[in-house]
Amino acid sequence: MKSRSSSSSHEAAGRSSSSCAACKYLKRRCFPNCQFAPYFRSDEPKKFAKVHKVFGASNVSKILKEVGEDEREDTVNSLVYEAEVRLRDPIYGCIGAIVSLQRKMAELQHDLILARARLEANYQILDHHVTLPPPADPFFHVPDYAMMDPNFNHNLDQFTQFQFP
Amino acid sequence: MNSSTRCAACRHLRRRCPSDCIFSPYFPSNDSKRFRCIHKIYGASNVGKMLQELPMNRRTEAADSLCYEAYCRLKDPVYGCVGIITILWEQIHNVHCQLARIQAEIAAIRARSTQQNNYHQVEATPNFSPMSTTEQYYDISITNTNWFDLINLLDQ
Repeated sequence: MKSRSSSSSHEAAGRSSSSCAACKYLKRRCFPNCQFAPYFRSDEPKKFAKVHKVFGASNVSKILKEVGEDEREDTVNSLVYEAEVRLRDPIYGCIGAIVSLQRKMAELQHDLILARARLEANYQILDHHVTLPPPADPFFHVPDYAMMDPNFNHNLDQFTQFQFP
Repeated sequence: MNSSTRCAACRHLRRRCPSDCIFSPYFPSNDSKRFRCIHKIYGASNVGKMLQELPMNRRTEAADSLCYEAYCRLKDPVYGCVGIITILWEQIHNVHCQLARIQAEIAAIRARSTQQNNYHQVEATPNFSPMSTTEQYYDISITNTNWFDLINLLDQ
């Protein structure tokens, strides 16, 4: 009797105070070896809710099982970020962010070309006969993927040809 | 409906493909890999819900972007397409630093020119239009130490 009451109180504790956000959301018991518990603390309910809405708990679980334990925190963070962006932009999600950043990069590359030309002109005009030092960093070549149509279109072949570094 | 007219989603899910199937316009039967990728990462039910919430004229783009993100996640299970975003932010930060250094050099040259009374020559330089952004010292304080700061930076 005594052990039964202690185990039932332990069960109640498992459901409420020590349940991770995932198990609370899914309304299930949070076991000590719950794979979500290290990454979805009970004080961050929205984090799991977003990931669940976009990916689903079982898919997140499968992804976490595929990666090494030391990579799971980064995996969860990237999934949460992707879910957050998708919920903010249900049409383009992270792709919208990528295209926007590529556009920004192309503008900055253009500015860099102008700035270097301006710098060279200043040196020449001063007639210092100074050979312009080579750039400290290699001059960026705009990657092919940045030349894609900034107006996102249906043709995603250009994305699939992207070579991961 | 016979099997040859089922969309890739319904074929994968082994079910009838109704005439108003939410998936069929975006997952044609001749490309089964596309739906398999998206189903593996998001699940058919989540994809269906996401598409349902959008106006019909935006669903193709949404399906395409979901497919690409799913593809990225399969290639890189840890970072997915967020890895690409991080790389782009780092590259942007590097270019900002380069621009700031060049601006500082130009300012130093102008200061020397003023001292040497050559400043008016620099000002009169023809054929150099102002930079596409207003001439200013670039803020190189863009650092990314927190995943979720990326979201705020995207709004800039």
